[in-house]
Amino acid sequence: MSNDPASAATQAMPAAPAAADVPAWKLLAILGGGGAVAGMIIVSAYQWSKPTIDENKRVRLDAAVREVLKGPERCDSLWLVGDALTPTLPAGADAATTDRVFIGFRKDGTRAGFAIVAADFGFADEVKLIFGFDAEAGKVLGFKVLGSKETPGLGDGIEKNEAFVKEFDGVATPIAGVKKGSSRGAPDHEVDTITGATISSKTVIRIINGAVEKWQPKLRAYRGEGAR
Amino acid sequence: MSATARDDLIRGVWRENPVLVTTLGLCPTLAVTNTVANCVAMGLATFFVLVASCYLVALVAKWIPGEIRITAFVLIIATFVTVADMAIEALAPDVHKALGAFIALIVVNCIILGRQEAFASKNPVLNSVADAAGAGIGFMVTMLMMGTVREVIGNGTLLGHRVLPASYEPWVVMMLPPGGFLTLGTILLLIKWKKVRKPAVADAPAPAAAASGAVSGGSAA
Repeated sequence: MSNDPASAATQAMPAAPAAADVPAWKLLAILGGGGAVAGMIIVSAYQWSKPTIDENKRVRLDAAVREVLKGPERCDSLWLVGDALTPTLPAGADAATTDRVFIGFRKDGTRAGFAIVAADFGFADEVKLIFGFDAEAGKVLGFKVLGSKETPGLGDGIEKNEAFVKEFDGVATPIAGVKKGSSRGAPDHEVDTITGATISSKTVIRIINGAVEKWQPKLRAYRGEGAR
Repeated sequence: MSATARDDLIRGVWRENPVLVTTLGLCPTLAVTNTVANCVAMGLATFFVLVASCYLVALVAKWIPGEIRITAFVLIIATFVTVADMAIEALAPDVHKALGAFIALIVVNCIILGRQEAFASKNPVLNSVADAAGAGIGFMVTMLMMGTVREVIGNGTLLGHRVLPASYEPWVVMMLPPGGFLTLGTILLLIKWKKVRKPAVADAPAPAAAASGAVSGGSAA
């Protein structure tokens, strides 16, 4: 290995102090030792930060569930095992890879609705959102964007434009996006898209419609607590 | 602090400002300067990695053979960046979300490798830390210049607080990537213009810089 490509790549002016004829085993030992130390440091940092990171995620998700279910008394997770939902994760299943939805209950024990996390590609990268859903009535209770990189000032209106977000409160599925003021005769199912952010608006609608299609039969079939 | 260490510190802030004079580290400068809060977070993260890794490099440089020095430097930088990345995700998840991949990309920030290769690897620890701190502050100052202009014009806010009247229609383009190029171009133009107006003083290469082997500034800008 010569010094030339390295110093050309970094445009450093003088070459580093020349260390002539260092045996290869020494180079390997130094890099290997340094790598091992660096690895140890990173592993320690990972183990130190992981519980906090997981806790942050859990708190954020829990707050989002409560928000889209409009403040239920309490919430539970439902796991998808095979084709049916169950409130307990079966032994041996991995919580991180098992599909789940959240169910919220009112004070009197009736169901406030289900909260579903879903994602799809928007105008820029993935849009991930959670929405509250009344499976019997087929109505959306509300939604919240969990993560998106939509254009600031235009596409991020799906998070920041309150009028747009409010339109989803109580809209019937399947949802159709329409231009502001131009109804196609089914106002229950219609949401006004944001001017200048049609693609982002329609992404939200597509994500919710897709998730409803996937989940509604399973949610309706769920006979657990609070079933009518 | 000795006079040379103080000079090492001040040099990076303005006379050899890493962004404005040596035009290094442009990727984060253009990408995350759309709000002042992002600039502060990115500036602090870079400052931490820069100072910590230059300290370590200055400490161990004499045991690192020249053939593998770049590899070793990158290893040191990458370790600090990974730790910083995890710490920010644990302690300030909102900041982590806003900065996204750019924290991890501090690894390849040329300011850091540049300071190690040009300075920390052949200077005493104190001077290396001062030099790194100067470059880190210089980077942060430039980011804040950009971020202030872009957030105020592009969103009508400063640190999230509205500073322009509600009737002001924000120039969204300033928040988008082109706004970064426009702002940086304008700032570089103004500085160059000022330099040309009083030539002899500013354009002469600083003797201390030449002696220490730092990337010489005047001609690169």
